[in-house]
Amino acid sequence: MTGDAHHLLPSAEPVTLIDCHGRPVASTAYAAPDAAALVRAFAALVTARRLNDQAYALVRQGRLAVYPSSHGQEACQVAAAQVLAEGDWLFPTYRDTIAAVNRGVDPVEALSLLKGDWHCGYDPYEHHVAPHTTPLATQLPHAVGVAHAARLRGEPTVVMALCGDGGTSEGDFHEALNFAAVLRAPVVFLVQNNEYAISVPLARQTAAPSLAYKGIGYGVPGERVDGNDAAALLAVLGAAVERARAGGGPQLIEAHTYRMQAHTNADDASRYRRDSEVAAWVERDPLTRLEAHLRKRDLLDDARLAELTAEAERVATHLRDGLNRDVTPDPAMLFDHVYARPTPQLAEQAALVADELEREGALR
Amino acid sequence: MTVTAPGHQKLTMAQTLNRALRDAMTADPAVVVFGEDVGALGGVFRITDGLTAEFGEDRCFDTPLAESGIVGVAVGMAMNGLRPVVEMQFDAFAYPAFEQIVSHVAKMRNRTRGRVALPMVIRVPYAGGIGGVEHHCDSSEAYYAHTPGLHVVAPANPADAYGLLRAAIASDDPVVFLEPKKLYWSKEEVELGAPVPGIGTAVVRREGTDATLIAYGPAVPVALEAAEVAAAEGRSLQVVDLRSIVPFDDETVCAAVRRTGRAVVVAEASGFASVSSEIVARVTERCFHALAAPIRRVTGFDIPYPPPKLEHFQLPGVDRVLDAVDDLQWEDR
Repeated sequence: MTGDAHHLLPSAEPVTLIDCHGRPVASTAYAAPDAAALVRAFAALVTARRLNDQAYALVRQGRLAVYPSSHGQEACQVAAAQVLAEGDWLFPTYRDTIAAVNRGVDPVEALSLLKGDWHCGYDPYEHHVAPHTTPLATQLPHAVGVAHAARLRGEPTVVMALCGDGGTSEGDFHEALNFAAVLRAPVVFLVQNNEYAISVPLARQTAAPSLAYKGIGYGVPGERVDGNDAAALLAVLGAAVERARAGGGPQLIEAHTYRMQAHTNADDASRYRRDSEVAAWVERDPLTRLEAHLRKRDLLDDARLAELTAEAERVATHLRDGLNRDVTPDPAMLFDHVYARPTPQLAEQAALVADELEREGALR
Repeated sequence: MTVTAPGHQKLTMAQTLNRALRDAMTADPAVVVFGEDVGALGGVFRITDGLTAEFGEDRCFDTPLAESGIVGVAVGMAMNGLRPVVEMQFDAFAYPAFEQIVSHVAKMRNRTRGRVALPMVIRVPYAGGIGGVEHHCDSSEAYYAHTPGLHVVAPANPADAYGLLRAAIASDDPVVFLEPKKLYWSKEEVELGAPVPGIGTAVVRREGTDATLIAYGPAVPVALEAAEVAAAEGRSLQVVDLRSIVPFDDETVCAAVRRTGRAVVVAEASGFASVSSEIVARVTERCFHALAAPIRRVTGFDIPYPPPKLEHFQLPGVDRVLDAVDDLQWEDR
């Protein structure tokens, strides 16, 4: 064991490659992603923003039970998905619907649990996206297990495990980092520090100089990145993924971002933060920043933007149509997947419900 | 399912559990074993003795000392094609993993509509009777049995320990495998090569005609001893060993009670809101007209598990069982 922890330290400031005005920022540590990657990321950001706002509207219309929006955090969502190769896994939280969609999950299916359904909607093995997890940080040890199993089989799988700033206070966050380090599991832990855990600001969550320091005690290198800079995210996360794939072990990355909307529709953000604070973050919006950058480089014009907006609208319409369809859930299914085969007791209970339904049907 | 080496051998439960792990690992390369001290040491009870040496560190390995992490990592490994068998060092040390077990191990199949199964076994050395200090003697079965999505089993002899552990490892559902610590060193003639019980089947351990003793895990030998003493006193007691708490074998248990019309449930765990109360409720609901007396229970008291010098007051003993049998309203016969 080496006493020198210097290599574990994150950069002093979050890595930024594009500033708020769209101008490139020189970095000695990271090369800027190529033009194609930036254009691809921007297209995804436009759709991501539209989906966030569409989902938010669907809550107001009563079609979704709740939506923890990633409005303002879309660059993290898009980059976390785009740096992965086919076969890599993503472990999302409830605020990471957009990341799941960017891995190929149908947005209607991705919102099943938030619609109020009893299942995650999609097949986790189809796109290697775990069902989103609600109890904070509990998915992180699962991510380590998936990565370790792949490593035991000699597969080149990397796992991207997401959580928020509040989640870093949970025990499972720490146990997962420690297990990943000891097992040298190929996991990239991405913490989206959006400044608030519902209403509790970061200063009440931790006294650490940066959440990326939380890996150091476990021997996990940390890095800090501007969470509203898609270019920096692609570079930093991409490097971490390749490092993990090459056998370099896990990494902990803190993305500095901001939750532009309330925790969910059920939350009142005016009780714990000022409008002026939110306004300051509008300047740093991940979409306008990358748009300005691409326009400066002639990688984007009004015509192309109109195409991207139309594509985003098409996806939003698909989401709207999907959630506006009234599907009557079948109560019998509640018993079907508790066990591989229902226990005799469950079979009895399922029969009871079936009988109730039959009598109810006969009365109609 | 059959074991590899045929013939009769005198083995302890610790040995048959070890053999079950070894045979399962030989039969299926997806089976991996991990936990605290399970490698070089072979586990504090030596249940994993020799597995790392035989199968290598990828198949049987020590982990950091963090039970939630152990179970959580096992969830991920089970999601990704393996069959993890994890050891919680002692019953009360499993509680840090409780959230993982309740929120994920038990629910993954359901919340993915059957797409993601978790074929994993959580082995828990459990219950008292070994003079253990605090946090080493808990009967924690009710917490797990109350959670839909888990199978919960507790063997009471070396042969069942082997068979149930093989069945648990082969199961596509998660199994909480409760190993009665005080029975680890119990020895019996084991017929290797004999068919082994599946999960969910109780067994009549001793035939009897006057009353039925219903027990599981560490309480089974107590019930058998009580039946032996009762026989000498002229009363014929039947003994049912549940083996599996979830799924519960209503059929075998109720058929047994119907034959005698009287029953006593014997369990080490505290009685309030317990597996023993569930058994009484189930049997009463199903066999009320066959009962000649209310079902009695002999359980641990509703107190934190006592220190070694006092634990015999907590544990159901033969005398308490026989007293309960005496209370089964024989005068109404």
